Amino acid sequence: MSGLDVAVDVPEAGAAAHHGPWALARRRLVRNRTAMASLVVLIIVVATAAAAPWYASHVADVDPFESNVSGTTTVGGMRVPVVAPNASGLGSSPIGPTLEGHYFLGADSQGRDVMARLLYGGRTSLIVSVAAAVMTALIATVVGLVAGFFGGWLDGLISRLLDIVWAFPVYLLAIALSTVLLLQGISIGPISVDPASLWLPIIIIGLVYVPYVARPVRGEALSIRRREYMEAAIAQGANDRQLIFGEMLPNVLPVVLVFMPLMIATNIVTEASLSYLSIGVQAPNASWGTIVEDGQNQLYTRPWVSIAPGLLIALTVLALNVLGDGVRDALDPRGSLRIRRRFRRPGAP
Amino acid sequence: MKRRITVAGLCLAALLATAAGCGSSSGDGGGGGGGSSATKSPATTGQQKEHRGGTLTMLWNGAGTSIDTTLDYDSNWQVLTMTSDGLLNYRRVAGPKGSELVPDLAEAIPTATDGGKTYAFKVRQGIRYSTGAEVKPSDFTYTMERQFKAAAPASNFYQGIIGGDACAKKPKRCDLSKGVVADDAASTVTFHLTEPDPDFLQKLAIPFAYVVPEGTPNKDIGTKPLPATGPYKIERYTPDQQMVFVRNPHFKEWSREAQPDGYPDKIVMKLGLSLSDAVTQIERGQADWSYDAPPADRLGEIGDKYKDQFHINQVPQNYHMAINTRVPPFDKVEVRQALNFATDRNAVLQLWGGKALGRISCQVLPFGFPGHQPYCPYTKNPGTEWSAPDMAKAQQLVDQSGTKGQKVTIIATPDETTKAIDLYFVSLLRKLGYKASIKTLNSSVQYSFVQDSRNKAQLSFSYWYPDYTSASNFMTTVVGCDGFHKASTSSPNLSEYCDPAIQAKNEQALKLAQTDQDAANKLWAQVDKETTDGAPLVTLFIANRLDFVSKRIGNFQFNPSVTGSFMIDQAWVK
Repeated sequence: MSGLDVAVDVPEAGAAAHHGPWALARRRLVRNRTAMASLVVLIIVVATAAAAPWYASHVADVDPFESNVSGTTTVGGMRVPVVAPNASGLGSSPIGPTLEGHYFLGADSQGRDVMARLLYGGRTSLIVSVAAAVMTALIATVVGLVAGFFGGWLDGLISRLLDIVWAFPVYLLAIALSTVLLLQGISIGPISVDPASLWLPIIIIGLVYVPYVARPVRGEALSIRRREYMEAAIAQGANDRQLIFGEMLPNVLPVVLVFMPLMIATNIVTEASLSYLSIGVQAPNASWGTIVEDGQNQLYTRPWVSIAPGLLIALTVLALNVLGDGVRDALDPRGSLRIRRRFRRPGAP
Repeated sequence: MKRRITVAGLCLAALLATAAGCGSSSGDGGGGGGGSSATKSPATTGQQKEHRGGTLTMLWNGAGTSIDTTLDYDSNWQVLTMTSDGLLNYRRVAGPKGSELVPDLAEAIPTATDGGKTYAFKVRQGIRYSTGAEVKPSDFTYTMERQFKAAAPASNFYQGIIGGDACAKKPKRCDLSKGVVADDAASTVTFHLTEPDPDFLQKLAIPFAYVVPEGTPNKDIGTKPLPATGPYKIERYTPDQQMVFVRNPHFKEWSREAQPDGYPDKIVMKLGLSLSDAVTQIERGQADWSYDAPPADRLGEIGDKYKDQFHINQVPQNYHMAINTRVPPFDKVEVRQALNFATDRNAVLQLWGGKALGRISCQVLPFGFPGHQPYCPYTKNPGTEWSAPDMAKAQQLVDQSGTKGQKVTIIATPDETTKAIDLYFVSLLRKLGYKASIKTLNSSVQYSFVQDSRNKAQLSFSYWYPDYTSASNFMTTVVGCDGFHKASTSSPNLSEYCDPAIQAKNEQALKLAQTDQDAANKLWAQVDKETTDGAPLVTLFIANRLDFVSKRIGNFQFNPSVTGSFMIDQAWVK
């Protein structure tokens, strides 16, 4: 081992004697300051999004989904219209940022509180993204394990199906699915999904990314299938179920877990894109994507309506990506060391 | 019938502006908000030579559509009227007189004979196409047959011509030689109808009836322009890029009131620019006018900073929320009326772009339209004008219907303004106790979807502007039995409203119009009132057209006819 290897691995080598791999991974993650900073950012984003109903009812005192074009509000002790018609009779001016509880970031053209919608939008975007990532992970894990374990014609069939899905540009596929499913929703036997339901974008986003996780899982499963401990388990009489879920699943989970933050980040962007195109989250539900779309038509006079959700998307995705890297380093320290070794200066200790 | 659901439609609506009362808000000149309108109409003065010349640049967000007069349904009418002519035209002047019919390629407007079934025209001699060929009476027979052979979208307008029914059944073998009798030697063309049609002359003044020379292919001409008779010909048309109009070398002004010579030497229509960019270009003087209405975000700026550069004119375009009267909960009249009572039309107009861009209405027929008598039962103090929503009454009607809690879906398009109005209605329906949501469909799909009764679309924001100045175009098509076609994507009666008693009155009014237009109009007013009571629509407002022009544009003339609007060729750029 090189000096670098010793410096990094020795303390953990000692710790490994007392802790399991998961505890070690957690310790590595906690030591990664950048990842921890990202986690803090994410916790703040999630907490504020979770507080959306409380903010709307106790601070802003508005229904962020209700049109309030003819309404009034109190700013600086004065009663003012939320959306004031212009004197020329052409166009109107929604109230600007008041930096008060009501209409902190102003109103949109419907007279709705932008700040309250931003928080609700975050809630929706996170729910859709996390739910879709979980769905992707579940389907991809099962599909990848089955393909990797059984191999043969079943592996061939599953792999070709994944190839077909993979062959479509992911956005094109998502847009096509959304456009079609938005007409009638999904109705398969007892399962029925309303076009206006959040389940529709969750299902669409969840499905289009399955190959991107299933293929690495399958690869890992193929590799595990040939390991000695698998042969030992088979020799001890373990059946297929026990082999898949008892032996293989725990060993492919790190792969899936590494993907999770990255999947959530990707899903946030995908959801925002679909919603921006009016084929994701359906109005009047708010998501960061729908708010960007709402604000697009006010870019000239009220750019912050679009910029605010845009910044939040960027911040959250960045935090998730950094955290994702941290999780990968924590679960696969060898990968990290390999990278570090490759870039080590000649002559360095 | 015409109907479009894009924001740009506000502009296109102007193409179909008709009728007395439509005129401008500043008298004969046609200009509203701005102050640059000229007050002399081309038909009342000769052309002012010092303003002749220059290049006018116009913009259109769309990609461009057919330039075939037989096949284009409204999109290009405003420009096609500069290149082509029919036997009749609307008087090319600003103000109410602009919706009157005048002879164009015909020498005079004939009186119907044979009980209203025959119209004999004397065709002007010596008029030539841009190719140099002379316009012949037999060309009109060919033009009418081409309606059917080329599957024109409004061939049904001419189905009443003898032979028309057979043409509709077998278009390729269409023969109207008995219905449109041409005599090239005597320069006459005579139309024979199977039944009297009080709107027939109006139908001869719209672009579908503009003459094309014999031998024109019986299909869309694509990008190869038709030979022109008007002051301009299309020199070049590149979809998605531009359309260029230059002077027709064979044009000689024969009737200043029907087809006046134009001022600019060249008119360039640039395609595909965004609405906001179009406003910026006009502000900077890089373009002179945009076919599309400015986006809502720029309206305040136009109203405040460019007071001399915009013009507002009323057009007979009814904007409404179409209610499907055959799908629950709207199969109950109480629910439809409740929605009408609850609607804050003022808020909707504000979402549309402000009070300058429309006039609140509760009824089907637009202000000033034949048969229009002010009527508004859906307001706090029912009478002739809307004043405020009546939520208490609406809530009471909903309670009475027992439909609270039912699902309601609005079929929307992603267009900025229409979506804003759809969102308002979602909010309103939730207040009334319904589980309301929006289903957003692509603009190109949405209209077909809501027309097809199999889709059971409950609500959709829509508008209608007439093809010609007749109450029948609204009452029989938008809310009449004739406009509803089951399981068809060509069913403009989105409400699927068909009241047999009202239908009988529609038919009676149509018959009456052949002999006594005033009596017919009175009956149309009654039909309008009864239909409004049945609430198949939530009529919101009658639109005003906003034209934003460059500083250098002079002589802005707004013609209120269906083919009129801003008369581009009458504008001065010099």
